[in-house]
Amino acid sequence: MYMETGKKQILSLLEQVPDPEVPVLSVIDLGIVRDVILNNNEVEVIITPTYSGCPAMDVISMEIKMLLLEHGYKKVTVTSILSPAWTTDWMTDAGKEKLKAYGIAPPNPTRAVCDIGLFAEEEAVQCPHCGSYHTRLVSQFGSTACKALYQCNDCSEPFDYFKCH
Amino acid sequence: MTQLINQSTDQLISYTLHLADNALILGQRNAEWTGHGPILEQDIAISNIALDLVGQARNFYQYAAVLINRINGQALNQPATEDSLAFLRNAPDFTNCLLVELPKGDWAVTVLRQFFFSNWQFYLYRQLQESKDAQLAAIAQKSVKEVAYHVRWSAEWVIRLGDGTEESHERLSKALAELWPYTTELTTNAPYETALLQQGIAADNEIVREPWMQKIKEVLTAATLPVPEYRLVHTGGKQGKHTTHLAILLEEMQYLQRTYPGAEW
Repeated sequence: MYMETGKKQILSLLEQVPDPEVPVLSVIDLGIVRDVILNNNEVEVIITPTYSGCPAMDVISMEIKMLLLEHGYKKVTVTSILSPAWTTDWMTDAGKEKLKAYGIAPPNPTRAVCDIGLFAEEEAVQCPHCGSYHTRLVSQFGSTACKALYQCNDCSEPFDYFKCH
Repeated sequence: MTQLINQSTDQLISYTLHLADNALILGQRNAEWTGHGPILEQDIAISNIALDLVGQARNFYQYAAVLINRINGQALNQPATEDSLAFLRNAPDFTNCLLVELPKGDWAVTVLRQFFFSNWQFYLYRQLQESKDAQLAAIAQKSVKEVAYHVRWSAEWVIRLGDGTEESHERLSKALAELWPYTTELTTNAPYETALLQQGIAADNEIVREPWMQKIKEVLTAATLPVPEYRLVHTGGKQGKHTTHLAILLEEMQYLQRTYPGAEW
């Protein structure tokens, strides 16, 4: 009973740890916190990277440690695991809403990420500004590894799309 | 028995380093475009691909360091780390394929090389996901999703240039003539791969070759380029025999750690 409460407490604390590149999302929203193991006052937080080269992971580990130490946990370790591989399907609905309000189109449900078909039919991505689905892909690679660049054909605004992965 | 285990760990280390070196060296090459891409969106794209590759290399180097330290026990004063493996080994210690160390050339060379490589990495990782080595399988499972994006991006560029203007077609034809002899090495098993294959650990390049070549034919045809028939082959990288381009690349990449050992951000 105590264990469960403790774990819940830690998970709710982790909602304060932002993704440094998309600060509107917490590590919980992102779905990268896979488990919390609590043993008396010792905590192990298991996280998984979004992309292999994501430069935010080191900062995220450090912020998790600092926050839990500040809240009185004596020994905190953050362990990174690769399997199962992270997918945007693990992003919470609250996270998707926050992204949209922030001006980034949230990821669509994953379809065929590992398909290498060319000039594939583009996904219908909704413009976070005017809500139109009449948008086009500018580039599969955007300002960070996790985003693609789109433009709205109706309101003409360019926007980031958190691409499904 | 111990000797057997050591021998097989040695092969696993060689294989892991080979996979790491391929990703690191191409990542470094691609990063040469950062700030110099033909247009902003493509500068960002090639830099993102470089970042993915360096990230994959880190995962492989970290695993290789664990294996090396396990086999050496307390024998080493300084344990191996991902940084020591990337920044303190010499050119003959690297076992990347020659293809990835060639200069970045023009945009045609860059996208065509990326296509040959990513297309190979895609089928290789897809097999490696089933490896009996849990960590290699995990890295492959993670990376294959990234590589799928690289294949699509590079293949579309190959088609765009080949089936583009007279000049872009001409440049891509030149790039093809230049790079083709280096492609065979990608799908040729090295001795450590053959050994690990029997244990269900390595992916089999002989099996990768078929879908890889099929895809090349499909893309080159769409790019209105003939698939080269000639069989001139340059190899040696997987055995540590490199072109001078690698030494020059390492000189720049390793400069800081060599000059100020242990320097950190």
